[in-house]
Amino acid sequence: MSDSNGNSTSLRLKTGLAEMLKGGVIMDVTNAEQAEIAEKAGAVAVMALERVPAQIRAEGGVARMASPKKIREIMSAVSIPVMAKCRIGHFAEAQILQALGVDYIDESEVLTPADEAHHVDKHAFTVPFVCGARNLGEALRRIAEGAAMIRTKGEAGTGDVVHAVKHIRQIVEEMRILTVLREEELYARAKELGAPYELVKLVAKEGKLPVPNFSAGGIATPADASLVMQLGAEAVFVGSGIFMKDAVHFADPEEAGKRARAIVEAVTHYNDPKVLLEVSEHLSGAMKGLAVAALGEAEMLQTRGW
Amino acid sequence: MATAKKIGVLALQGDFDAHRKRLEELGAEVVLVKKPEQLEAIDGLVIPGGESSAFLKLLGEPGLEKLKRFSHRKPTFGTCAGAILLAQEIENPTQAGLGALDIRIRRNAYGRQVDSSIRQGNFGAAPMEMVFIRAPKIERVGPEVEVLATAGSDPVAVRQGRVMAATFHPELSPDQRVHQAFLDLVEAGEREARA
Repeated sequence: MSDSNGNSTSLRLKTGLAEMLKGGVIMDVTNAEQAEIAEKAGAVAVMALERVPAQIRAEGGVARMASPKKIREIMSAVSIPVMAKCRIGHFAEAQILQALGVDYIDESEVLTPADEAHHVDKHAFTVPFVCGARNLGEALRRIAEGAAMIRTKGEAGTGDVVHAVKHIRQIVEEMRILTVLREEELYARAKELGAPYELVKLVAKEGKLPVPNFSAGGIATPADASLVMQLGAEAVFVGSGIFMKDAVHFADPEEAGKRARAIVEAVTHYNDPKVLLEVSEHLSGAMKGLAVAALGEAEMLQTRGW
Repeated sequence: MATAKKIGVLALQGDFDAHRKRLEELGAEVVLVKKPEQLEAIDGLVIPGGESSAFLKLLGEPGLEKLKRFSHRKPTFGTCAGAILLAQEIENPTQAGLGALDIRIRRNAYGRQVDSSIRQGNFGAAPMEMVFIRAPKIERVGPEVEVLATAGSDPVAVRQGRVMAATFHPELSPDQRVHQAFLDLVEAGEREARA
């Protein structure tokens, strides 16, 4: 387990970059113009995509890694870190992204999974990975595979924060339970969680994940960002919520810039309602969105991966 | 016994919590600084690692001006993005800063994340492990600036008066020496003020 206990050189460098992103906002962008708007608004990183989750959801079809040309365009537009997504289990896409020099890979349920049983062996890479999780067991399985950052899955592309809230609450609650269990009870708990005992023991001792824990999936307003931060997230991913008006139409760039800026301020001052009011005041309506409660099981992205 | 020094850590974004822990280990009282008025109640300030472009946006011009006045008056220590903010000249791209250290610094000078590294350098004459994450590089050191640490031929920690900067992340290694050096600087400043 030497690679999972937080002491290996490689994992320290990988989680080191995630440490630098804490308290920040990572924004989904689909071109150089959006990347520049994000950077100017104070984003700590951008996620380079061909289509944002709301578009993927609306258009359907197989969603794959973005084209290297698109990612390169975004990398050369900004000085902040650039992340890109690969399909669950698609280690060849991950190899290409590493060769391209992206700063983080998101092995993401937003894309169509490439492997129904196995996630990417992330220890085999020098580039760090972030992975989605709905609960502590899933988070620890990803960390065992070498993920250097966990984000809640939420329900991407909906603009509905309800499952980001559900997942961060679940993870935080399950960690809190571990801290009060007796040592001999951790073995059975590890079995229930489906997670390696060594990692369960580590969380029981520290009360937190051994890697940074961010929130994602349906965050659309400054108040949403504050909510997940107050619930224990250490930074926030905003996908479709900034640059989309609805699942098909882009927001006006100026409006998107204002919204991006407001969400950045909201994450820094997440526990200061006066600032939250101030930054929320001048925004027009958020993305139209899609209520998660109305989605069928088959339309859910979060159930991809295990 | 001297009362604990009150050290602010700029907490707009970045690895401010790692600095908080280290400073508390060393007996300092730590204040997380999110508002300019908090600067008035602290003896020294640490600017953490993070994204310097995000810091600038979150500070805004008035915040940057207040921070500039602070860093020209009181002990200030920046790591990585913090070092970038403290520099007089910033490249790749050119951006605003505090001008508190007579150095030229280049952002992301060693490359992207895949080029991040843990290296053995020297702090004074003694060896030290140094964590570099998308690190900047100090390309010019002014005549008033003392080089405190090197990695290979690069200066990686410097001091000018009461201002210190490191392009690596001492807050991500267990070694306490760099933070102790900053606390000593704060202590010396107080002695001077009392005299």
